[in-house]
Amino acid sequence: MSVLVYTESDQGKLKKAAFEVASYAKEVANQLGTTVTAVSINAEDTAELGKYGVDKVLNVSADNLKDFNAKAYASVVQQAAQNEDAKVVIVSSSADSKTLAPGLAVGLQAGYASNVVAAPTSTSPFTVKRTAFTNKAFNFTEINSDVKIVGVSNNAFGLVENTGAAAAESFSPNLDDSLFGVKVENVDKVTGKVTIADADVVVSAGRGLKGPENWGMVEELADVLGAATACSKPVSDLGWRPHGEHVGQTGKPVASNLYIAIGISGAIQHLAGINASKVKVVINTDAEAPFFKAADYGVVGDAFEVVPQLIEKLKEFKANNA
Amino acid sequence: MKILVCISHVPDTTSKINFTEGDTKFDTTGVQFVINPNDEFGLTRAMWFKEKQGASVDVVNVGGAETEPTLRKALAIGADGAIRVNAEATDGFFVAKQLAAVAKNGSYDLVIAGRESIDYNGGMVPGMLAELIDANFVNNCISLEIDGTAVKATREIDGGKETSNTSLPLVIGGQKGLVEETDLRIPNMRGIMMARKKPLTVVDATDAEKETAAVKFEKPAPKGAVKLVDADNIDELINLLHNEAKVI
Repeated sequence: MSVLVYTESDQGKLKKAAFEVASYAKEVANQLGTTVTAVSINAEDTAELGKYGVDKVLNVSADNLKDFNAKAYASVVQQAAQNEDAKVVIVSSSADSKTLAPGLAVGLQAGYASNVVAAPTSTSPFTVKRTAFTNKAFNFTEINSDVKIVGVSNNAFGLVENTGAAAAESFSPNLDDSLFGVKVENVDKVTGKVTIADADVVVSAGRGLKGPENWGMVEELADVLGAATACSKPVSDLGWRPHGEHVGQTGKPVASNLYIAIGISGAIQHLAGINASKVKVVINTDAEAPFFKAADYGVVGDAFEVVPQLIEKLKEFKANNA
Repeated sequence: MKILVCISHVPDTTSKINFTEGDTKFDTTGVQFVINPNDEFGLTRAMWFKEKQGASVDVVNVGGAETEPTLRKALAIGADGAIRVNAEATDGFFVAKQLAAVAKNGSYDLVIAGRESIDYNGGMVPGMLAELIDANFVNNCISLEIDGTAVKATREIDGGKETSNTSLPLVIGGQKGLVEETDLRIPNMRGIMMARKKPLTVVDATDAEKETAAVKFEKPAPKGAVKLVDADNIDELINLLHNEAKVI
């Protein structure tokens, strides 16, 4: 009857989101008066999950799971849930978790609520608060099936330290060849750079930067802050920056702790996409830009003067606070 | 190749979002409805397969009669036929089961759905549908090439992209990148005239449980006024971010 949580890893290391979903699972387990079991695939060391309240970890180690595979991964989590007789399964909002969760829901005949931003408001009926209308609103969703799947938004619940043994057990699910109908040929991923999904800080720039050649200072600012870089829709449409950096309603959602917008006017679709970020800073020459209405802090000024100053001052700040 | 494109009928991206009946229903007053943008990228890619590789393209929606203009628009863009499953689309699992019945009945080789609708943002229908009809599945799909039954597809992942080989039958969760914004088509007069004569079939819903229910909506708390910092006083910005917002 444990709460089961799928704790994702990347190249053998647990992701930050894994600790966040573990924290969430512990909260649900407390509400239900039960324990937390995690399932992890090809993670080298899962002991740290104990710090976030995980009592037991099912470790799956398999060569054929080296690449992500939606159906095979969903089957692993499904078998783990059945092994634990779990009635609640928690997953993250990473691209991979969002890809495996729907198949998992069919396998477990479970209702699934994605983009959940807070602990359940009630366990009977089981009710969660989630974002809808691309962050322009929230909705309270009841999950009425016997087994329930909750997809937790990044950076919404946060990390909550707790105690747990995280006793590791090896787990060997049955994986039929028929699950592997999609075969990964090539992964093109920037390494050593924080992704928009995982980032605590996102530095984003728009058409105000005038051309792709001016992105050096954006990347430098991101470097200083350990941030991911992002861009507005026009910038990605113009081909100045890759599509993967486009944030907004039809691009990627951003739920960082700090979002810095440089030379972005703030179209309603852009603001919707970044609304889940906690603190927003805007730098723009136009004091009338709509972004100033959505931001917490604003600087009316020329990005080409403000951003280099900000980089210098942040470097000093970091040096003094290291 | 037979293609089915799933179409969600959603508020235009510029819509103001309000609720009614004690915050339990979306207020459609003055709202313009459109083809869900993620679905429109998929529909446009389907038109490419139709024109270059001789595919047939049907579109499907689960919804009431009020969604028919959206289906007619898809026909005007060039789809051959439309199907409307007459039911209220309130739960992703329920919708996926309706679409699975349509997909099985029509023996489609490729089903294109958007990665998520921009209203409920559930992001679950494509993956559920793939599982229900036992098809291969590629989510967040940004490139799709088909040769016979062989498929090469690229999906966006966190921090990059991943290219896979797979085969039909296939379900994709599509998004921008499948085609570019500039490839999207505005229906012309001829398309609109022809769409009137194309078949729009209404079918009854199959029996299925609704596993979830959106019981109440809430708008974000109104935002306080922005704190402006002088462009010559960046130290103050850093001070605020460090001591007040506590984010650096």
